[in-house]
Amino acid sequence: MLTQLFSDIGSLWAKYGTVYLTGIANTLILAVTATLIGCVIGFLCGILQTIPCGSNENIIRRILLKLIRIIIRAYVEIFRGTPMILQAVFIYYGMPYFFGVSFKDIWTVSIIVVSINTGAYMAESVRGGIISIDPGQFEGAKSIGMNHWQTMLYIILPQTLRNIMPQIGNNYIINVKDTSVMFIIGFSDFFAVHKMVSGAVFKYFPSAFMEMAGYLCLTLLASFLLRKLEKKLAGKSNYELVSTDQLVMTAGTYNYPKEAGSPFEEVNKDLKGEKK
Amino acid sequence: MSEHILEIRHLSKTFGSHAVLKDIDFTVDQGDVTTIIGASGSGKSTLLRCINLLETLTTGEILFHGRDVSKERINPSAYRAKVGMVFQSFNLFNNLTVLANCMIGQQKVLKIHKDEAKKRALYYLNKVGMAPYINARPDQISGGQKQRVAIARALAMEPEVLLFDEPTSALDPEMVGEVLDVMKSLATKDKMTMLVVTHEMSFAREVSTHVVYMAEGVIEEEGPPTKIFSNPEKERTREFLRRILNA
Repeated sequence: MLTQLFSDIGSLWAKYGTVYLTGIANTLILAVTATLIGCVIGFLCGILQTIPCGSNENIIRRILLKLIRIIIRAYVEIFRGTPMILQAVFIYYGMPYFFGVSFKDIWTVSIIVVSINTGAYMAESVRGGIISIDPGQFEGAKSIGMNHWQTMLYIILPQTLRNIMPQIGNNYIINVKDTSVMFIIGFSDFFAVHKMVSGAVFKYFPSAFMEMAGYLCLTLLASFLLRKLEKKLAGKSNYELVSTDQLVMTAGTYNYPKEAGSPFEEVNKDLKGEKK
Repeated sequence: MSEHILEIRHLSKTFGSHAVLKDIDFTVDQGDVTTIIGASGSGKSTLLRCINLLETLTTGEILFHGRDVSKERINPSAYRAKVGMVFQSFNLFNNLTVLANCMIGQQKVLKIHKDEAKKRALYYLNKVGMAPYINARPDQISGGQKQRVAIARALAMEPEVLLFDEPTSALDPEMVGEVLDVMKSLATKDKMTMLVVTHEMSFAREVSTHVVYMAEGVIEEEGPPTKIFSNPEKERTREFLRRILNA
């Protein structure tokens, strides 16, 4: 029986191998692009949602921030709370009704749908990542005069990214598999190939077998690469002490300024031989 | 009007119905090393956090060179860059190395070029004795070392005033000394203007020029350390000192 299976797979591969490979490529490109765009959306929502809003700030700013939060909330709830397959149908067939235009390009629609769907999940992951960071990190940044955007960009988000890498990996793997629902609007991903080929030659099980193995390979590879990336983001586990030689240049030439001002003015004065 | 660096006027702070600070008035002048002492819960840390605008004031004013900064709630960054703060829990940036911790504020807030920022960071790290550790990340060094880096980070911004919020309270006893030594050297050698909330009475007595004793949200007594420590006027001050010095 098994020999029968493998000979069927062999003949399928001989005839449709390139079609399957194109399907894999399409799935990968869609999943990678949509996950990346989804991350950007997620981080943007995360930053916008955590803009501090004290009770003594001016009214327009407060209303604006409140509005942003409501919009993001609605976005997350709608796209997290409905099936992606329906979202695809909704957007693809809904556009002509609302805007009088229809998408010619299936790629564009697919990327938009999967991206905003991923973005909705990522928005929550990022928000969770941000609120789990020690408030001391925000205070440390504030105390040296950084504003909200600088604090987020240089201090908080790098740490958030590291903390939510497993979540991003999750989303990516889900996307590899779930982009298969895009066949509903005619996107020819890996799974759509199965439908097409098995429908043409009636070899359902051999084709499904190849699909299973193919998807598993894609996700295992993703897991492996993500682990590597996580390790890289965690940084070196040790550090080297630096000999004081490196400091010879600055040690002794740099005097603590008595008045506030550029610390190098005094050094320059020394160099020019001016009297202090 | 004489030039005070900082002038706190009628500062009050309430959390809900609980008044933590009640009508605080005091000034900080150039070169002052002011220590704020008092029992836990007396509002010392809150006062310091209010001065750095990490807490919003309920009422009152904070004048920095005569300008009321407490109203600049929207953009306090410029003011904060001139008033450094050292925290009890260090608050070093976990994603950056020791060197980058001391450079990031200079580069992003003061817009100083990378090379110059590095020189300045190295100078201050050298000053606190942490220059060999520039490649380490905060989770790889000890508490005392973290606090010295935190001091270097604050110094690298070249602030006019440095606020210390119980800088040695989270440290193991054998590490307290190294941090206090750095602070002493800043106060005596560099004539840094400092405002220090502390439980280290020896530091308050030997190093500071001015001591403020706080109790239950008010300044109970203030004056030069010799007066506060050897001849306090108020009964509560005497009681507090007796308790803490004999402990």
